[in-house]
Amino acid sequence: MSVNLSKGQAISLQKSDGGTLSAVRMGLGWKAAPRRGLFGKRSKEIDLDASAVLFADKQPVDVVFFRHLVSDDGSVKHTGDNLVGGAGQGGDDEAIMVDLQRVPVHIDQIVFTVNSFTGQTFEEVENAFCRLVDETNGQELARYTLTGGGQYTAQIMAKVHRQGDGWQMTAVGAPTNGRTFQDLMPAMVPHL
Amino acid sequence: MAVELVRGQNHPLPGARLEIRVSAAGPVVAGATLNDENGRMREPAWIAHPAQPTLPGLEVSRQAAADHRLAVDLDALPAGVHRVNVLLALPVGVGGPLNFGAVAAPFVAVTGLDGTEVASYRATGLGAESAVVALELYRRHDSWKVRAVGQGYAGGLAAMLADQGLPAAEELATTITDAVAAGMVRSVAAPPPRTEEDRARREATVGGAQGAAGAGAATGPGNSGTDASASASGDFAPQAHGQPGAQASPAPGGSAAGGGRIDYQHPGRASAPSPAPPPGEDGAYEPVAGDASGWSMDERLYNQIWDMFEDFARSVAAYRSAVDFAESRMEQELEKVLGDPRTRLGQAADTARTEAREKHAQLVERARGVLDRDLAQLKAESDVVEPALPPAFARWDNPVWHGYSSPMETPMAVRLGDLSLPEGVGLRIPMLVRLPLERGLWIDCGHQGSGASALVDADELRHMAAETATAIAARLAAVYPVDDFTLNVIDPAGSAAEALAPLLETGALPEQPAAGAAGVSATLERLTQRVDLVQMAVRSGATDALPPDLDTAEQLLVVHDFPHGFDDRAVNQLRYLADEGPSVGVNLLMVADREDARSYGPVLSPLWRALLRITPVPDDHLADPWVGHHWTYEPPLVPRRSRVLTQVLQQVVQARRTYGGG
Repeated sequence: MSVNLSKGQAISLQKSDGGTLSAVRMGLGWKAAPRRGLFGKRSKEIDLDASAVLFADKQPVDVVFFRHLVSDDGSVKHTGDNLVGGAGQGGDDEAIMVDLQRVPVHIDQIVFTVNSFTGQTFEEVENAFCRLVDETNGQELARYTLTGGGQYTAQIMAKVHRQGDGWQMTAVGAPTNGRTFQDLMPAMVPHL
Repeated sequence: MAVELVRGQNHPLPGARLEIRVSAAGPVVAGATLNDENGRMREPAWIAHPAQPTLPGLEVSRQAAADHRLAVDLDALPAGVHRVNVLLALPVGVGGPLNFGAVAAPFVAVTGLDGTEVASYRATGLGAESAVVALELYRRHDSWKVRAVGQGYAGGLAAMLADQGLPAAEELATTITDAVAAGMVRSVAAPPPRTEEDRARREATVGGAQGAAGAGAATGPGNSGTDASASASGDFAPQAHGQPGAQASPAPGGSAAGGGRIDYQHPGRASAPSPAPPPGEDGAYEPVAGDASGWSMDERLYNQIWDMFEDFARSVAAYRSAVDFAESRMEQELEKVLGDPRTRLGQAADTARTEAREKHAQLVERARGVLDRDLAQLKAESDVVEPALPPAFARWDNPVWHGYSSPMETPMAVRLGDLSLPEGVGLRIPMLVRLPLERGLWIDCGHQGSGASALVDADELRHMAAETATAIAARLAAVYPVDDFTLNVIDPAGSAAEALAPLLETGALPEQPAAGAAGVSATLERLTQRVDLVQMAVRSGATDALPPDLDTAEQLLVVHDFPHGFDDRAVNQLRYLADEGPSVGVNLLMVADREDARSYGPVLSPLWRALLRITPVPDDHLADPWVGHHWTYEPPLVPRRSRVLTQVLQQVVQARRTYGGG
């Protein structure tokens, strides 16, 4: 069961068997800009970036993005920056993996964001999507189709947060604008 | 994931119906014998071999093949069977290799019916043997376990069968050989390889459908842990470990395969995730030595140690950041209470203060709990890894040094000491550096360091530094093959004579250390010339033009008493060696106090920077490449009154006499 979300839709999710999440992956995929003519390098590359911001009591403590690929504690890992996108066939071109059991005890929320580093709005990018996957069973928890999402260059996608002894995910899907996660910090605050 | 067994190691089996997969470089004969609780073959018929392939609960192949699948149903075995020995032998009289030393080590895996590997073992280290007991499955109380045996027999099948307690071993061996030879002829004649048909039949026997992934799992000897490119960029700051791109990339594929589970318990181990805990158990993690990717056991252990190092660093980072956060939050909350004049005094303020402190204590306690869990796991892992280490990675007190013999190959790394953190409660990570050394070493016998050096007087510290130098020099001499390593020592004033004694007495250092100013300049002159020559030859691509008497071995220059006996020219040569030497196999091991050389001023700063600083006493000055903790370094000293160093050096000298070509 995958929830296909439109922008701004926020819902709480639990695993279908009632347990809590232990490992999640945020995936981001998009179709690379088409090569044009002989001068292949001149096509306008599209670089979308996935980031995860770790909060403790609403204070940002650590960030995992293309310049800092592993959180200091090792619980959040980025697979590495993809600068051009992929085939646009639904595969993840960038992914951030979170081992929730390893997250330090003071971190209580992790916010996932997507932004367009090269500045194209989501309207201009083909087959762009981001999704959250429960890594323990490979089940897709939430998916956003970014393409056609309007004149925005960024999205606060979702957050996972502590709930009792475990974790839960809330889809946020708030569109916004910015080149890197720093630009998105003000937009994140209302969702904490 | 499969557990890769080392010789002698055992592992529980999940069920009674199993398959044993054998893959070897060429055709081998596979068989099995059954033992009772006393380890004897109760009946002569308790053996499955190509001439008699079927026993209740057990079936082997009729012929020699590179790949075998033995079907086993432990519940169906004859009553009284407590052990199943899995035997491999090279076929005789068919023109193949005569002993296992001539072929790649055979690989044996125990899998479930669905093809998931439970445990595997590579029977390495075989030489003249042509038959080997690879594994045994044995009953322990009410459950079965598998153990890697790896017992080889130079006398071949007959000797092995005789050792199994078979009366007519000789005749049986002949029967088997004949059956195999006949089978070989048959299989050559049949155009389609029989293995496919054979497999299909076997699958029917065990009643299990093999998944496509399972069928691919046992093809070829290289399948054990070669799936991931080794992250062995090995200097003291391995970049590969910092770039999860290479290691985590299998993840999307994993999920695409439909619910493939990926385990994040160990960052950097995506290629060898720990097994999903079997249902019904509490998921207790059982560490195994060599549980990492790599082409050889040494490389796997090396990678595992780096993984442990990283896990340790990150667990402590998580703990420290949680504690820092708890403290800053408490301070903020207390400040808020005190900053507001209305709440500063009275009941409310007290309550607020107590609350803030409690919140702090709770968070710290939780963080500590998580850290303790991680440390316990790492400690358990360290307990199995340390005994499995080869000499180059092992502490001097490891028994592996007692079985030391001069190696044939340069190891990939050498242990320079131990690293620990104050939170680690006794957990020590081997500090491994790649060989050949990429930079020289500086054993700092000065007092400016922190830690234990302040508690030791200057002379004692110098003595310990000299001992450390000897321990490291001896270790390098021992782990390099004969003729690949030459030790040079400068001891201008003879102050390190006591520490050098083991090297001189055993003859590991054949000449007296260079003494006096003359000795210093002669030694430096010689090594500088060598660096010059080799550099010139390499740059001009004329390495074959080097003089034939040039010592091509790695050179280690141990310098005591610096800068005693050094003139300006010698100091310049030393700096030159520190900068240019490592790339052409000349390394420094300086025992020095920076203060002694103060008069040279900043001209020596590049020298100290070029060397890796270590200390003769525990000192926290080394940083890890991930989060930059200050790790306490402990030198690799020989235990007091231990004779291991002398014994090892005697072996080295003996090997030089026997094999050394000069």
